[in-house]
Amino acid sequence: MEKKIKKTGLIFFPAFDWAISPTHPEREERLLYTQDQIFEEGLFDLDNIREYKPRIAGSEDIDRTHICVPDAGSVSGNSHLIAAGGALTAAEKVLEKEVDNAFALVRPPGHHAMLVVHGARGFCNINNEAIMIDYIRKRYGIRKIAVIDTDCHHGDGTQDIYWHDPNTLCISIHQDGRTLYPGSGFPEEMGGPNALGATINIPLPPHTADEGLLFVVERIVLPILADFQPELIVNSAGQDNHYSDPITNMNISAQGYAKMVDRLGAHLAVLEGGYSIEGALPYVNVGIILAMAGLDYSQVREPDYPPSAIRQSDEITRYLEKESERIMRLWENRFSLREWPAAGKPFHKRRKSIYYDTDGIRETQEETVRICEDCGGAVTIDSSADTGSRIFAVILPGFSCGACRGHAYEAYEAASPGKYRQVFLQDKDRDILYKKSSK
Amino acid sequence: MILGIDVGSTHTDGALIRDREILATAKSPTEKDNLFSSLKVVTERLITPETSGQIERIVLSTTVSTNAVVEGKLARTGVILINGPGLAPEHFNFGKDTYFLRGYVNHRGRELAPVDPEQIREISDRLAREGIKYAACAGKFSTRNPIQEKTVREKISGLRQVSLSHELTGRLNFPRRAATAYLNAAVFETYNDFLLQVLDFFKRERISVPFHILKADGGTFRLESSGSFPIQTILSGPAASIMGILASLREKTDSIGLDIGGTTTDIAFFARGAPLLMPAGVAIGGYKTGIRGLRTRSIGIGGDSRVARQEGRLKIGPRRDGPAAALGGPSPTPTDALVALDLVRLGRRDLASEALAPLAGQMGLSIPEVALAILKQMAGDIAGEIAREIAEIDNQPVYTIHEYLEGERLTPKNICVVGGPAAPLAPLIGQHLGLPFLVPPQAEVANAVGAALARTTTELTLLADTESGTLTLAEEGYTTAIPSRFSLNDARRLITEKLKEKALSLGADSAGLDIEITEEQVYPVVRNYYRSGENIRLKAQIKPGLAG
Repeated sequence: MEKKIKKTGLIFFPAFDWAISPTHPEREERLLYTQDQIFEEGLFDLDNIREYKPRIAGSEDIDRTHICVPDAGSVSGNSHLIAAGGALTAAEKVLEKEVDNAFALVRPPGHHAMLVVHGARGFCNINNEAIMIDYIRKRYGIRKIAVIDTDCHHGDGTQDIYWHDPNTLCISIHQDGRTLYPGSGFPEEMGGPNALGATINIPLPPHTADEGLLFVVERIVLPILADFQPELIVNSAGQDNHYSDPITNMNISAQGYAKMVDRLGAHLAVLEGGYSIEGALPYVNVGIILAMAGLDYSQVREPDYPPSAIRQSDEITRYLEKESERIMRLWENRFSLREWPAAGKPFHKRRKSIYYDTDGIRETQEETVRICEDCGGAVTIDSSADTGSRIFAVILPGFSCGACRGHAYEAYEAASPGKYRQVFLQDKDRDILYKKSSK
Repeated sequence: MILGIDVGSTHTDGALIRDREILATAKSPTEKDNLFSSLKVVTERLITPETSGQIERIVLSTTVSTNAVVEGKLARTGVILINGPGLAPEHFNFGKDTYFLRGYVNHRGRELAPVDPEQIREISDRLAREGIKYAACAGKFSTRNPIQEKTVREKISGLRQVSLSHELTGRLNFPRRAATAYLNAAVFETYNDFLLQVLDFFKRERISVPFHILKADGGTFRLESSGSFPIQTILSGPAASIMGILASLREKTDSIGLDIGGTTTDIAFFARGAPLLMPAGVAIGGYKTGIRGLRTRSIGIGGDSRVARQEGRLKIGPRRDGPAAALGGPSPTPTDALVALDLVRLGRRDLASEALAPLAGQMGLSIPEVALAILKQMAGDIAGEIAREIAEIDNQPVYTIHEYLEGERLTPKNICVVGGPAAPLAPLIGQHLGLPFLVPPQAEVANAVGAALARTTTELTLLADTESGTLTLAEEGYTTAIPSRFSLNDARRLITEKLKEKALSLGADSAGLDIEITEEQVYPVVRNYYRSGENIRLKAQIKPGLAG
């Protein structure tokens, strides 16, 4: 089954001296056995695989993507900056054509980090993929980018950051939110009124196996990618769908992962979750790396692989067939669906309550977007956290029109730092974060 | 008194040394198809009736194994791979005598699928039918648990040698270990034939002193030990030169070592006085091995490289058309530039100038000007390569935040140059790099000096798993039970003791054994949110350096 061999870059940063706490799933040795397996398989010696040292991200990289309260330095440590830097290095190697694709096998993870950051949630502080995507836009001028989040948990952070951005297609495949953290990611969540359809959610029932995962990739993801025509594809490569993962209930094997990666053909992959550190990660990562490099992955298998124990029920198969049809109908009707949330009004508001499980912080947000036919729309966010911080942020999601730009700058001027502890304006087109704070 | 001999591919060099002082040297062309005869000539010149009684040790560096690999003179060898799931078998190409044996050991060293004695017997019978006398066996994660490789050796009969991968290197890298085991078995006969000749010769000469062999890492081991591990002796030639350079560096600083030869220049580095090693192992003849070796970068620029003009600039190497024009060669070379400038006396100066004339004409320069331009270009090319190497060393991936932020960078304080054109080129290269330079006296026999002064080296890899209650010393194939309270301190003590034993058995001097723990990691093993044990990983070594 020799296919086209690709040059693959690997940025491996296991952060063997970083943990959330000593027995937390996100602890020092999470990638230890993965390292052992990659070394033992000799993957770094293959002619078409090259390892790179990650660079360290700067606060300007974080400010381009997030609104950090009170600032980037307070919500991210060196581990986060190196992990995000690893994603940036991966992007540079691909976009400067040193390699065909690259995998940032880094930790800590990032896909639960939302636009506004008051602390850590879902083991994440800053969003590695989003920081990478916004950097790619700034440095290489690429407009249409697709992110496919295959972590078992809904990629709610990435979804939140690009909710109003019609140029970033966010597809998340995950265990059904009714059965797992963070409890979101239903097909009806399709993006803001100006970007409806640019967010796609594919929840899978517990115990879905390889065939179910590959089915939704074939029936939903690939057709949508063909319609959207992204210039670049990013994979948020969580590995916690594995049948041996201790904190989820899915039945995916290393073969299933490798086949999925092969079909998605992502240019960039960034590691997310995955906590079966001995039984899954070593094999899943070898499978992903071989698939990205265009090498034969058919012999990659968990030594204890139990084919019969993880077979998918017919019920799940039938459910996924129906669900795919429904999601594809939503996708096909995305432009006509854009009309109802707006209903002729100039603005659209939504309220959100966000819980930072890792740091135990609760935040409430009121988010307002300007209805706009020409761009994603200027966004304002009024956010209060139970830490006592209330902030106001104005966001220009990028490729913004003149009217939205004007509205955003006016809103920033009008917001008084008296009422809010801090006021921000993030202008992605001009790559600037303005800030003013109360005395 | 120590006698060091380096049987190189063109010359065999010898040096007799006492208290780091060179007493006598000898040089003789190497007879390619009879390495032993070259060794004999040099030895007979240095061991005289006056010196023979005073020699305490003889250290030999030889290209026997290197040549056998590079020239493909390898014995037919059965390669038995216990590869299990992972990379597809076509990645392991050791020819038609490759056998894939079922079985699997995982990353924790747990045997998850046993080997089948019946299948081993079938392979054994097949090797016998084919008349194969040598075999190699490599199993995935055999350094974590050697049981399956050992079973293969036990159950296979009638062979002269069965090389096991875990005995040759303790590192995780199955393809490299497989290649290492294969080459070890495949050069076994050639190397041991040479060894017998050497032993026989010294017996006849009535010289009975400890006899050491130089390895790729610039360390030595006892001649008797080398018979089972001939692959350890590959690339000992470049290692000899680097150890020679080390001998002339006074201070333990970061330094650059350069050996400028006829066709190539080898670049090496020293960090605080110790030579840098190849992280994964050395490569030879298209094989990536797991053999620990000195980090050298060989570039195709040397005294005999052809000099041509390409796209308006001087291009040196990588081609070599023959000897320098001064010696009757067909093309101008850097050596001719040196001869034309009268910096080196060799052959005929008029031939050198004549060969440079067309280049001078094209560039509108005089002969001395073009000669100087060639030397500057050569120095610039070498300096550029050195800078690239340093950048690569500094950009080696690291896996902890601490190393990422606090990791040391290589900052060479000087450059030491050996080889034929060392003296005239060193100032130019030093100037390019902005570093002081050093050309040791008798730089032309630095290799033999390096061999003579090298100390015995070895390393050990320890894994203690207190959850399963087992400890392994990878290279020793040693496995033992440990109690659940076995600690990092216990592990340190054990590895130090075992390394000492091993070093002494390999011929190390018990005085001043310099044992260093190079890696030390302790990870918890967590089951269901509770700590159920520890995974302790240590590596210890006696690093390459000069004997006391």
